[in-house]
Amino acid sequence: MRFVDEYRDPVAVERCAEAIARLSRRPWTIMEVCGGQTHAIVKFGIDRLLPGTITLVHGPGCPVCVTPVEKIERAMALAARPDVIFCSFGDMLRVPGRHGDLQSVRAHGGDVRIVYSPLDALRVAEENPDREIVFFAVGFETTAPANAMALRQAKARNVRNFSLLVSHVLVPPAMAALLSAPDCRLNGFLAAGHVCAVAGHEEYEALATRFRVPVVVTGFEPLDILQGIYMCVKQLEAQRATVENQYRRAVRREGNTEARRLMAEAFEVVDRRWRGMGVIPASGLAPSHAYREFDAEVRFPDHLEVGEETTECISGQILRGVARPNDCPAFGTRCTPEHPLGATMVSSEGACAAYYRYRGVNAKTA
Amino acid sequence: MNQSEPACPLPWDHDTILLAHGGGGRLMHRLINDVFLAEFGAVPPVGLHDGALLDIAGGRIAFTTDTYVVRPLFFPGGDIGTLAVYGTVNDLAMCGARPLYLSVGMILEEGTPIATVRAVAASIRAAATAAQVRVVTGDTKVVERGRGDGLYVNTAGIGVVPPDVMIAPGRVRVGDAVILSGDLGRHGIAIMAVREGLAFETTIKSDCAPLAAPVARLLDTGIDVHCLRDLTRGGLASALVEIAGDASVRIHIEERAIPITDDVRGACEILGLDPLHVANEGRFVAFVPAGQADAALTLLRAHAPGGNAAIIGVVHRDPEGIVTLTSVIGAERIVDMPSGEQLPRIC
Amino acid sequence: MCLAVPGEIIEITDRDPLLRSGRVRFGGIVKDVNLAYVPEAGVGDWVIVHVGFAISMLNAAEADRTLEYLAQIEAFHEPDDEVP
Repeated sequence: MRFVDEYRDPVAVERCAEAIARLSRRPWTIMEVCGGQTHAIVKFGIDRLLPGTITLVHGPGCPVCVTPVEKIERAMALAARPDVIFCSFGDMLRVPGRHGDLQSVRAHGGDVRIVYSPLDALRVAEENPDREIVFFAVGFETTAPANAMALRQAKARNVRNFSLLVSHVLVPPAMAALLSAPDCRLNGFLAAGHVCAVAGHEEYEALATRFRVPVVVTGFEPLDILQGIYMCVKQLEAQRATVENQYRRAVRREGNTEARRLMAEAFEVVDRRWRGMGVIPASGLAPSHAYREFDAEVRFPDHLEVGEETTECISGQILRGVARPNDCPAFGTRCTPEHPLGATMVSSEGACAAYYRYRGVNAKTA
Repeated sequence: MNQSEPACPLPWDHDTILLAHGGGGRLMHRLINDVFLAEFGAVPPVGLHDGALLDIAGGRIAFTTDTYVVRPLFFPGGDIGTLAVYGTVNDLAMCGARPLYLSVGMILEEGTPIATVRAVAASIRAAATAAQVRVVTGDTKVVERGRGDGLYVNTAGIGVVPPDVMIAPGRVRVGDAVILSGDLGRHGIAIMAVREGLAFETTIKSDCAPLAAPVARLLDTGIDVHCLRDLTRGGLASALVEIAGDASVRIHIEERAIPITDDVRGACEILGLDPLHVANEGRFVAFVPAGQADAALTLLRAHAPGGNAAIIGVVHRDPEGIVTLTSVIGAERIVDMPSGEQLPRIC
Repeated sequence: MCLAVPGEIIEITDRDPLLRSGRVRFGGIVKDVNLAYVPEAGVGDWVIVHVGFAISMLNAAEADRTLEYLAQIEAFHEPDDEVP
């Protein structure tokens, strides 16, 4: 496949890893923000090619993992209603609330359907005019334009039985929150290439300056990730802290202006709770006033009292990059993909699930 | 259909399954005669009976059963009937058995079109012919509307194992070559391509196929086959993880050696699936001594469905019983089985 | 977070600005994709697709520059400090 295979060439990968080893003189801790990059790193074994001086930590960039328990509970309550067809991306079905998940709601008779795109959910609404269709709109900046378009088309076509349960989050405020934490030990960031394809990377410039950290916008193939690390280490060794763009084939500084325009019309910025990280100011999106009638939380205003989860799960520390999956005493024993204690084990992009799948339970010795 | 029956309150001539079709009365007999026997072939010479009396040549008997609940019932490259025959035939073949006889149990949902049942029965017959087995006994039940996805099929099968054949994970030895009989993932992707909400255009067809003939080739040629496993749900990863655990060895595979077509790769990329986890219905792995690996490979390339068999790995000593893989970029990682349903990874 | 895959536009099927869509090929399969956010893209162009939406056009010249940068790294040359 073009634009994929050429970035998986094993000879180039080996040489690129050697170049990183030659370049790095001091120990550096670099966070890849995006769960898709975490997945690629462990699936391809990229971290095993790096010198001991480079530590990769896995960031909170998995929308499935950071969706707060209260939203999962609300999703389950909506999905259980007999008048509702609840549509969702596949990943969300296994995320545990306090009691069960969407799969268990389906098992008890809830009409829960997996769709590929929010427009598929809109189609379900048009085909089932006598049912209420709720789409679970999770995601980062990358997914927001798709959900914005579903809102826009629903309004334009006057689809009255369609609404979104929105749990959108924004990356830069979360990075600022991570960097502001007193236990932060991050030296640099690989920023998520597909988020930046939509949102651009202007916003990271202030972060790089304020916190003196290099930020490299990075793609998802093995050579992209290795080059992102190379560029980040190069800045660190030279004591520079700027925003660079490794993923130039897909990302422009201003992002996708068409997509940003519709996002700004359909959504407004709100404070948002992140699972394991607490409330981060101005870190989420909710339907804007013009689209309130398509907000499932307005249409079904039943309020659920929900607090943060209290288990032995350390996913909050993992999402903040201060612990790794195999630091957790429950990893691979009381917590597995079949019986997850927390969200990072649930999503296949979650750091714990990725470790479990591609490292095995004995990762401590690996 | 025959309209000559006397006037009768019983509904007689139907184009859908009624609960009454499962009642053991005339409707059921009519269904059996007009649909199943008509499609499966002639009534046995001894007449219909509660069981089949079968002649089996000397040796050991292999016996297996499986139940099929696939949705949709019909998909590119096959249907639930094809799967029900090949699945059971393949389970027998993986024991080294020559499959001989099948039973077919049908669980029909009220309201299912008779034409659908007939089409599945015709597929069962065609698949049985292709796999050289005979359907010799069966059963029919009808469940209320809403309690089944149209129809379910259960098959059981009997085969004969030649006296000197011993195929089991316990016979896997350090140094054995791991041969994959053909490219991965076509069945799972073909099913996903027609699933509501995910649909995409592809010419890909299910790989479902009978595997007894290529296995017989290996055995007849004198290959000392140590272990066989067909790759169904859970894919290659699950099969290897199970065998590595049962045999207490480390199975190491090379990602680059695994044949995968462009369509399967493309679908796996957009859905976020690992081809090693995707279901197959006409592929298997064979563990053979290193010295016979090339001969076995040549046979499988000529006779196994897919035509692109490959040596994908080798068995190492390791009592932990794990599977490792050298990724396409040359780094090593552990292979685990998927947990539960394959959910598209989208965001 | 965001699984997005490069594909080639093989047909534009709807030209309405809101509904703009086309058929996009990924390896051996083809999927209908919303193209509203890449109004400049046409048949033969490559786009990055996420949940059924093209979110960005792929720039082939930049892709080549990335590979050149990598080749410089591999060849023991220090690439220019300018971004690749």
